[in-house]
Amino acid sequence: MTDQRQKTGRLRLAPENFLSEEEVAAVASQGASGRRDFLRKSFMAAASAMAAPVVAHAADGDPNILGNPPWTTSLGLPVAANPYGMPSKYERNLVRRESPGLTRVSAASVAFTPLQGLFGIITPSGLHFERHHQGWHDVDPSKHRLMINGSEPGFLKQAKVYTMDDIMRLPSVSRIHFIECGANTGMEWGNVAVPTVQYSHGMLSCSEFTGVPLRLILEDCGVDFKKCRYILAEGADGSSMTRTIPMEMVESGEVLVAYGMNGEMLRPENGYPLRLVVPGVQGVSWVKWLRRIEVGDKPYATKDEAVHYIDLMPDGLHRQYTSIQECKSVITTPSGGQMLLDTGFYNVTGLAWSGRGKITRVDVSFDGGINWKTARLETPVLSKALTRFNIDWIWDGKPAILQSRAIDETGYVQPTYGQLRAVRGTKSIYHNNAIQSWKVSETGEVSNVQVL
Amino acid sequence: MSRFSKPLIILVLAGLAGSALAFDNFKGLGRPATPAEIKAWDIDVRPDFKGLPKGAGNVDLGAEVFEARCASCHGSFGESNEVFTPLVGGTTKDDIKTGRVKSLQDGSAPQRTTLMKVATISTLFDYINRAMPWTEPKSLKPDEVYGILAYLLNLAEIVPADFELSDRNIAEVQQRMPNRNGMTTDHGMWPGKGIGNGGRPDVRNTACMHNCKKEVQLVSTLPDYAADAHGNLAEQNREVGQARGKVTGAPAEKAATEPLSENARVSQLASATGCMACHGVNNKIVGPGYNEVIAKYKGQADAEARLTQKVKAGGAGVWGSVPMPPHPQLSERVFTK
Repeated sequence: MTDQRQKTGRLRLAPENFLSEEEVAAVASQGASGRRDFLRKSFMAAASAMAAPVVAHAADGDPNILGNPPWTTSLGLPVAANPYGMPSKYERNLVRRESPGLTRVSAASVAFTPLQGLFGIITPSGLHFERHHQGWHDVDPSKHRLMINGSEPGFLKQAKVYTMDDIMRLPSVSRIHFIECGANTGMEWGNVAVPTVQYSHGMLSCSEFTGVPLRLILEDCGVDFKKCRYILAEGADGSSMTRTIPMEMVESGEVLVAYGMNGEMLRPENGYPLRLVVPGVQGVSWVKWLRRIEVGDKPYATKDEAVHYIDLMPDGLHRQYTSIQECKSVITTPSGGQMLLDTGFYNVTGLAWSGRGKITRVDVSFDGGINWKTARLETPVLSKALTRFNIDWIWDGKPAILQSRAIDETGYVQPTYGQLRAVRGTKSIYHNNAIQSWKVSETGEVSNVQVL
Repeated sequence: MSRFSKPLIILVLAGLAGSALAFDNFKGLGRPATPAEIKAWDIDVRPDFKGLPKGAGNVDLGAEVFEARCASCHGSFGESNEVFTPLVGGTTKDDIKTGRVKSLQDGSAPQRTTLMKVATISTLFDYINRAMPWTEPKSLKPDEVYGILAYLLNLAEIVPADFELSDRNIAEVQQRMPNRNGMTTDHGMWPGKGIGNGGRPDVRNTACMHNCKKEVQLVSTLPDYAADAHGNLAEQNREVGQARGKVTGAPAEKAATEPLSENARVSQLASATGCMACHGVNNKIVGPGYNEVIAKYKGQADAEARLTQKVKAGGAGVWGSVPMPPHPQLSERVFTK
């Protein structure tokens, strides 16, 4: 484990100088076979060093500086060698992953975003978390339709059908919002269950979405907003997933019928060619492959608001129609499953978000919540979007417990596990927004722990 | 100073709001939905049964359809935990009287079945009708949906064995749902006015900064058995930067960027066509694992033709009592892979 903690680029003595006089004498005394033995061993040591991020350096300087590397002394690749650019091969570790054993059917499962390796607030589209209820399809946009109708015919002047061509000609907006699954951190309600932030908090992404305010489309159909206080959104996949959304959110203009994500069309896994964007509300309401909006006067108690996405309370009642993702934060570096390289300075950084508006402050504790310091907020700080924070830390090599605590513009302070469990128990699965703790041990190992 | 008087600005703003509210505002975009189109897509059923299609189905019909179309995932009695969480179980006659499932209150049930949770029978009709069976959603007729629902309700002893469920009596059955009184909307997490307590949070923390508590109560750490369950964490972290991943577990699978082997391509196809829901590569889930099938049919000259026929038509009895439903939708091209 010590190999992992040594930094690259530091000047160190060449390997032969690590041999003591006694060791040199011992090798010499064994003659030719002793030298071969020594060479074989040192070759094996060098091979293992290549696997670990450690390179031995000559005393007169870093060979990466003293001898120019191949990319400095040869011709590079031409333009358009990758017509659709991909990340560096050195970034292959940062991919979406399933949590083994979480589900038995991968078409109704989750792939988590690798938050441990991301910067800023935008999630690369290829790393946006996945949650499907009956598998995903690559829907032909020329055959995709959006229908607007009413639970009563009189609830709108005209039920209409829009093609993608129609929708993409309507007045558009582009907005940055987070999307978090209601079950994010759900595995951790009772105890620590997973090792890294990818699995504990990775049902979370943030993108710039481009689309049309749903309000404009409903107005175009002559919807009676006085009578219709709910909408039902329905997908075009096999599950034809449905969710109830309050008309107040549509009227505010923030609910979007979106086709764009981070400057290009939505990815198939994220609802290509059309999805609903419901800022601040759990991901299940952001219906993918959106095919229909029904306006109505009552909520619908769909499968995902009557069998799933209901929160079990200690008294045996389930909370129904819980939708808002309350204020939450997590430190992403350093985080569970990581090893610190060394003592000294670190830029501790993480994400904060609230389904009720803007983040106003994030505090960080290094002693398990006894004392707190206010972190810097990176910009932009946007309503119902991820906000990146960071704070200086000099690790002295002693054990520490790192926590972050976010506050939103309503004044709500992210709660502790003790406070949440006192009200909601440990079996509600959904809406766990407790303060996350990462323990740093003397070896530099960072692990997932829970503090009341 | 503005050149416009205040009343004029208000008028202009009102004018903008007025035009934004216009019906048929976007010339040439969108068209009226036809009655047939609305009928084809408007399939939702609400708790007050608005949208419920006319029809009827009894427990016997339901048992028959369930065995053929549903049991391979849910088990013959909706009790299987192999693929999905059980549908039936954990409710009592007393729950039917009270409308509250007792095992949810005392925590005595090992897990929550669908019938323990659901309060509204409309939800079950709507979902079975729109999304089931798993690999062929929307292929059931309304009478079959009524029958399947009657069968499940009978398994939970909510209706008798000779019961026929229909659009005419479903409201009466609603009054026997075991957890019909088990939902609450007394919370602050609905982003509108119609439901909930108006957005009042249930938990209140304060932003204390110094000496906030006497000691740190560390109540949970990662269990030993879970330490390696997610593979090698060193291969899930960047190899440059502030930290590295810890070396854990078995070496992770090969990098996803490498070209897929022929085996991997077939495996992807099996996943994509839904086969992996019931058949593992090396293990039985509901049906036999692929390795078991290969071992059984190895060396038989007509194996490919026979297996193709079996997958298309369905079958039972070769590997046990659970039948495999037919898969007529798969093309010949898929089989020869």
